Amino acid sequence: MQKKTLLDGQKIQITIKRLCHQLIENHDDFEHTVLIGIQPRGIYFADRIHQELQIILKNQKILKGNLDITFFRDDFRRKDGLVTASSNSIDFIIEGKKVILIDDVLWTGRTIRAALDALLAYGRPEKVELLVLIDRRFSRQLPIEPDYIGLQVDSLDSQQVKVTWASEGAEDKVILLSEKQ
Amino acid sequence: MAADKLSTRHLLGIKDINRNDIELIFETADNFKEVINRPIKRVPSLRDITIANIFFENSTRTKLSFELAEKRLSADVVNFAASSSSVSKGETLIDTVNNILSMKVDMVVMRHPYAGAGQFLSKHIKAQIVNAGDGAHEHPTQALLDAFSIRQKLGDVAGKKVVIVGDILHSRVAISNILCLQQLGAEVMVCGPTTLIPKHIHQLGVKVEHNLIKALNWCDVANMLRIQLERQDIKYFPSLREYAMMYGLNKQILDHLDKEIIVMHPGPINRGVEITSDVADSKQSIILEQVENGVAIRMAVLYLLASQG
Repeated sequence: MQKKTLLDGQKIQITIKRLCHQLIENHDDFEHTVLIGIQPRGIYFADRIHQELQIILKNQKILKGNLDITFFRDDFRRKDGLVTASSNSIDFIIEGKKVILIDDVLWTGRTIRAALDALLAYGRPEKVELLVLIDRRFSRQLPIEPDYIGLQVDSLDSQQVKVTWASEGAEDKVILLSEKQ
Repeated sequence: MAADKLSTRHLLGIKDINRNDIELIFETADNFKEVINRPIKRVPSLRDITIANIFFENSTRTKLSFELAEKRLSADVVNFAASSSSVSKGETLIDTVNNILSMKVDMVVMRHPYAGAGQFLSKHIKAQIVNAGDGAHEHPTQALLDAFSIRQKLGDVAGKKVVIVGDILHSRVAISNILCLQQLGAEVMVCGPTTLIPKHIHQLGVKVEHNLIKALNWCDVANMLRIQLERQDIKYFPSLREYAMMYGLNKQILDHLDKEIIVMHPGPINRGVEITSDVADSKQSIILEQVENGVAIRMAVLYLLASQG
């Protein structure tokens, strides 16, 4: 297995700052905007974006929730093993709000398709945007594109992009794993 | 963390599943409980699955609960009640079910008056079977939702003392409850007149008590069962009135116990027999929570079974 570091801790921090400023450009003081991290891996990234926004906006209250998509997946019964569900925690109304969906890696787009379905069970948002740390471009299976991108990478289907976070006991890092040729 | 898969393809009884299975069902039910409290209570997980609810015996709660669970998972549902079908014309169980399966049904939820009907069917047909009560044998989803309700109310089932009061002899709920609660580490006692307690029940490792007050003072949770008159072919006690006096739970008894206990009932309630109205509607009763949890538990069971295809 070959490992290549795509982003280290310092670069991740810079990227998060840039993404936050891009968000502020479009969403001002977040009065009508909420952040929603996609379970299970997107919530760490959503937490970091949320923290950074609060630092920049000087403790402005920004609503953040977690969304689980397990029951909305399109591969149920089509692959081995069960994906265990995680918890949802959206304790605010999303009706009429601008929602920013946050995930760590965008690959085929199927997770985001499921997330859109899952999200609509909570109401009708005014607008939904997508923010991802890593965009594995040219590998989409559905017409879905992110609005905010940390880093775009070109990768093969056989490769794996892995994101780890300090908040889960590892270090902030994005690596690309490939089979040895 | 529970396992990520059930150890069985069918849910025929608590006897056939292990503690990991129960924990996995509970964790999944937690998620579904959140789903059914949303404005839109439906998820698309089972959209390509057809489920037949086959009820050879009357049921209101269980049937409705299964049907709601199936619909909230987006499954296609067909209902079948034996009373209005060809069964009354002499068709056998396998023929009836095979005919239904020819219409491409993936899963069968069945209630039947004979013990072991689900087991028998699972050996002869391809579809997955969920037992919704077979005679006086098992009623696994009821036991799961009862234990789930205790866990929700008291935080944990392990170490808790549960007394099951009433017609233990004819009750499938009692057997499934005993097996489920013991797997989760609870202590179980049964209480009722000698005639309604099976002779060898102590072999299951349960305590037996014939005095209601003693039993209630021992327990944290009392599960009050209905007297199943429809299954009693002979007289087991002199009169319902006498039974109610000896084993009925009323507010006076409840208020004079050493501690506050939780009161459960699997329904349907015979108000004034096993439990009085003021107890059924009291703060200590979690009867309606049980019904709500029933839908979440059944969603979890169907979802987890379906994932094994």
